Amino acid sequence: MSATIISPERMTRLTGFGMLSAGDGYLFRPISVEDVQDVIRAASDAGFKITQRGSGRSYGDANVGHETVILDMTRMKRILHWDRHTGVLECEAGATIETLWRFAIEEGYWPPVVSGTMYPTLGGALAMNIHGKNNFCQGTLGEHVLEIEVVDAQGAVFNLTPKDELFYAVISGAGLMGVVTKVKLQMKKIHSGDLKVFARSIPNLEAQFEAFEQFEHEADYMVSWIDCFPGGKQTGRGLFHAAWYADGPISTLRPEHQDLPDTVLGLLPKSVVWRALKIFSTRFGMRSINTAKFYASKYLGNEATHTQSLVAFSFLLDYVPNWRWAYKPCGFIQYQSFVPKEHAPLVFQKQLELQQAAEIESYLGVMKRHRPDKFLLSHAVDGYSLALDFKVTEDTKQKVWDLAHRMNDIVLDAGGRFYLAKDSTLRPSDVKRYLGENALRKFAKFRDEMDPNKIFTSSLAERTGLADPQSLLANS
Amino acid sequence: MSYSTAIVVGASSGIGENLVCQLAESGCKVAAVARRKELLDALVAEFPGKVLAYPHDVTNFDEVPKLFAKITQELGGLDLIIYAAGVMPAVAETEFNFEKDREMVDVNVLGAIAWLNQAATRFENTQSGTIVGIGSVAGDRGRQGQPVYNTTKAALATYMEALRNRLAKKGVKVVTIKPGPTETPMTANLKGKMMKADTAAKLILEKSNKTGEHYLKPVHWLIFLIIRNIPSPVFRKLKV
Repeated sequence: MSATIISPERMTRLTGFGMLSAGDGYLFRPISVEDVQDVIRAASDAGFKITQRGSGRSYGDANVGHETVILDMTRMKRILHWDRHTGVLECEAGATIETLWRFAIEEGYWPPVVSGTMYPTLGGALAMNIHGKNNFCQGTLGEHVLEIEVVDAQGAVFNLTPKDELFYAVISGAGLMGVVTKVKLQMKKIHSGDLKVFARSIPNLEAQFEAFEQFEHEADYMVSWIDCFPGGKQTGRGLFHAAWYADGPISTLRPEHQDLPDTVLGLLPKSVVWRALKIFSTRFGMRSINTAKFYASKYLGNEATHTQSLVAFSFLLDYVPNWRWAYKPCGFIQYQSFVPKEHAPLVFQKQLELQQAAEIESYLGVMKRHRPDKFLLSHAVDGYSLALDFKVTEDTKQKVWDLAHRMNDIVLDAGGRFYLAKDSTLRPSDVKRYLGENALRKFAKFRDEMDPNKIFTSSLAERTGLADPQSLLANS
Repeated sequence: MSYSTAIVVGASSGIGENLVCQLAESGCKVAAVARRKELLDALVAEFPGKVLAYPHDVTNFDEVPKLFAKITQELGGLDLIIYAAGVMPAVAETEFNFEKDREMVDVNVLGAIAWLNQAATRFENTQSGTIVGIGSVAGDRGRQGQPVYNTTKAALATYMEALRNRLAKKGVKVVTIKPGPTETPMTANLKGKMMKADTAAKLILEKSNKTGEHYLKPVHWLIFLIIRNIPSPVFRKLKV
């Protein structure tokens, strides 16, 4: 690989998934560990920093860098080893969640933790230590990793396992500790490609928590949709789903059984749906859609169980290709906060009220149950998360950011946390407060060891202060 | 038009210097590129944190790729590049001086190509950005007084037009400005009424928002429309 020249031919503009953060950088797509080492060397020699990027699915600016080398890992996507008896899979870090499930499902294995989309790379998913709808019982993806291969800022290659303290800093480390090049993962044994899914229409926020509490000891997956528009007694109304792995038939384990339909509602070709959504991408339009969805769920299939394929249940976001384009010409942010269970009802109530008072209601709200983990920059708590999608325009940007900062304060007062894969609005003081000084000190120590010259960066790292944790600690 | 980051090549005096000042005053971070370090340092002192100085001789073409990458890194991006470097040595009516001619070609044309090729490649990939070349009304016809100066400005205008045609569909603005006589050190030996350099800079920044070729005054556009269309046999008899 010719990684020695930083030239404008390599220049490209990349955006975060929410389309609001953009950065110009010199794009390199390595195909081997040696290539990765070459890029690190070339960037160091030329005095450039490196931003790591996978599929670009982080909503904010974690995958964006200004005038940096962009290390795009999507070409390193080979499956290297597969043990069909134990379900242990070894692959390059650019392999996506889709690669994993398509490869393993016919032999009865499924990724132990998946995000709402199948497109993130494993490297990106581990940098953010993603969770899924089973976080309350299975934890984050990092908890299922047996070993990783990492290249540090000096180009040294080494392996880490859960026995190493550094393992817990690289995973969750937002790509600031080094480049994960290989992953050994324990896949989940399944006996069917289907799930049994129970649906319950939820009249208010209190009932949301009751539903999660009712199913948290028995369900394999739980998630709830929230209509963020109504206030008063209907605040937090929505649709709760709990799901369980089903048994057989074995034909459901074929990838073709899992493929999502080509049309939405049996009518619209998927490729044009974002255009239809765009027509409704206004407060009135989205209030109408949310209302229609709520009443449809109340009168159709309420308190009933149906069968759904793993892909259809897990990757809701992939039903509509390019759905984010409905937010054009600007974009959107997803605001997700994680709040301890004892404070979550009040915090989420306040958040919903605040966004209604500001008249910038979230077009989509999603609630999940979580458990804590021991990764250094962990987002999870023994509690709940609420994810809110806010459309942003030139006119509303300041208003959305002001709202987010007010909500941050409430979350922090309640001992809550945040998820870097989603973040667009955290300030350094917020990061310092939610991570705590001990975690930051450890992070700073590991960063000094792995990347003493602070070559690895991102717009998120610069914005939040994580690029230079020592300074973040020093500034009160 | 507001820019966050800009490069001005030929920034130490005349229109270039005024462009740097006006961009910096508007809040833009500007890389000032020119030979004379002491003049650049004065700009840095006037706009600390807003103007960055890069001493460079535009005829050192080989330096450009590395310097361009360094500047864009230190600016943290690039929205606008203006090539304002130009020389017009005094040439006597009967003089044919290759050294002077080569200097004009090097500075006015090859320097522009060296810098603007870098910007064009970058902007083509990022599908954004504005490229401004400071041409001259002198490039509209070949005149008796300045054969090679006219040639260089005509070459620059043609190069800019070609860039425009390449990059228009990529969302990149390519703007050719053709100032008339302007009060600058370069025109110190000329007589007649001239536009102030700060006025020219202000108009250039205003017109940089619109891709295409622009004269700074409507009257210039009209006069040079006429001049461009004078038949050659007639034009060669005129004392212009």
